[in-house]
Amino acid sequence: MKPLLTVENLKMHFPVKGGVFLRPVGACKAVDGVSLTVHEGETVGLVGESGCGKSTLAKAAARLLDPTEGKVTFDGRDITHLGRRSLDPVRREMQMIFQDPAESLNPRHSVRDIIEEPLIVQKRGTRAERGKRVAELLERVGLNESAGERYPFEFSGGQRQRIGIARALALNPKLILCDEPVSALDVSVQSQVLNLLMELQRDFGLAYLFIAHDLAVVKHVSDRVAIMYLGKVMELADADAIYQNPRHAYTKALISAIPIADPSSKPTRDLLEGDVPSPINPPPGCAFGHRMKHPEWEKSVGMDLSLKEVAPGHWVQPCPCCTDL
Amino acid sequence: MPETERQLLEVTNLSSSFDTEKGELVAVDDVDFKVDRGKTLGIVGESGCGKSVSALSIIRLLPQPMGNVRSGEVWFDGRDLQKIDRDAMHDIRGNDIGMIFQEPMTALNPVHTIGRQLTEAVLLHQKVSPEAALQQSVEMLRHVRIPAPEIRVGEYPHQLSGGMRQRVMIAMALINKPKLLIADEPTTALDVTVQAQILALMDDLQKEMGMAIILITHDLGVIAENCDDVVVMYGGRVVEQASAEELFANPLHAYTKGLLKSIPRLDRERKTLLPTIPGNVPPLDEMPSGCRFSTRSEVEHDEASIQNRPPFREVKPGHWVETCPFCYEA
Repeated sequence: MKPLLTVENLKMHFPVKGGVFLRPVGACKAVDGVSLTVHEGETVGLVGESGCGKSTLAKAAARLLDPTEGKVTFDGRDITHLGRRSLDPVRREMQMIFQDPAESLNPRHSVRDIIEEPLIVQKRGTRAERGKRVAELLERVGLNESAGERYPFEFSGGQRQRIGIARALALNPKLILCDEPVSALDVSVQSQVLNLLMELQRDFGLAYLFIAHDLAVVKHVSDRVAIMYLGKVMELADADAIYQNPRHAYTKALISAIPIADPSSKPTRDLLEGDVPSPINPPPGCAFGHRMKHPEWEKSVGMDLSLKEVAPGHWVQPCPCCTDL
Repeated sequence: MPETERQLLEVTNLSSSFDTEKGELVAVDDVDFKVDRGKTLGIVGESGCGKSVSALSIIRLLPQPMGNVRSGEVWFDGRDLQKIDRDAMHDIRGNDIGMIFQEPMTALNPVHTIGRQLTEAVLLHQKVSPEAALQQSVEMLRHVRIPAPEIRVGEYPHQLSGGMRQRVMIAMALINKPKLLIADEPTTALDVTVQAQILALMDDLQKEMGMAIILITHDLGVIAENCDDVVVMYGGRVVEQASAEELFANPLHAYTKGLLKSIPRLDRERKTLLPTIPGNVPPLDEMPSGCRFSTRSEVEHDEASIQNRPPFREVKPGHWVETCPFCYEA
């Protein structure tokens, strides 16, 4: 499989300002050295708790943010420093869908206008051709053609997410960055949207970077999964491998925290202490070892913590506190 | 009056509605359930199914003036909460019944310290000095495993993380040792690892203090792990009710079955299409008067079942189902 999106050692730091004169007093290291590849037609799941930098990573990869450091390659082309104009053709191929479809759809535009907009921006077709394309897209995502004349508020959450998906599909992208696409949906509707995304992938050979905090959802749709914690990837492996044979303590903790919908299995779980620390001035060394107050944590300070391949395709941050490496 | 030895709360024929521009919308339509002392009842359902409105109706906190309890009885510890006067209700709320909500940041007052908000609850319901109330607050914060509670009482909500804020909410709800705790989506806004901490904490506190819990959530995993009994709601009605073991092993209503099947599980084969419930929950004003699930069921309903409400019956000891002939097979 050909690599489609590659980020190398990507860093996204935001200045933190303080004092009377709002001088920079520190940096919020939202993404702190992440390398990741999404291949053509592949789904890479990105999991982590709130504030771990997963959305920021997606935005920096889509060049909606300018990365502080690192390199972003899309379809063989370095896009890290492209200007707005030169990004246009890239945007055609790389689209996004968001968590809250109510907030990412303009309430004053009809559904037709919303889905047609990317076609107008990219100067595609005549008015009539665009109209045809919109009707085609609506049908493909399971909405009536008449939905085009209506406004977002007239739809339920699941239907609005379908509109967001139709908009993302309008330009025939190769990659869709999905930022928590089903988190705001009810269970029965969530499975409909997941099925739609999987069908579209099969029909159009789409690749997804699929961001979510629900591990069961991510496992279901992904080929490979990356686990993020405080701006860094802790573990990256095939979806089955990461759930069956997690190597990093944080991955194990996440998996063990999932409530199981079966009252007869009463799992014993190791509860984590504390909360996710702030990415502003994060601790040195392994951030998770620090949260766990692990006795071996100090050894990780100053160590090279870049991911190590422990089995074919299975990468782990090799800290002494959270792994047996 | 119902038996109160074992039962703490019994809700019968509860209906609540909202006055809106579209006319009166019935959000909770003739609902019955019971909570035993020291046990946990889970109420599960999708958004708009009436689970939160049921809870707010019990404690008479429906938004005013639009929200009304139209009918029904709420027997709590030998008294009908719908009949007692406002002052008596004030005494019960926060004292005999504690509440926690989904979003702790909006439920806590940002301009008062944690300590002030906790002592307020104590001083309202107990005849103690402010110093003793503060002492109780510190103890309660320690109880919910907040590190350095002596320092935390002087802090403001924004200085705490989401998990810590939810612990403060729990401390506040439990400080007067209520008999019933109503928890409305207490962990929905939290991360999974923090959710596990909070649910374990609630479980520990229930064992120590013996209160009953009504746990409202849309997460079937949370229900399975934490509840003794479960009520499944759809479109403002209870469609099925049973013990947690029975419900998950033997779901009888088509909606419950559909819900259980559609959740992604870790043991399901990857990238296979998930079973779904077709369509969407219809808005309240478009709900059929008969079987409410008829608009989404894969089985075509006849006119009679769409028009007439199917009876809610006990089909096995302790297992109740809305017996629509198309959603339930005897």
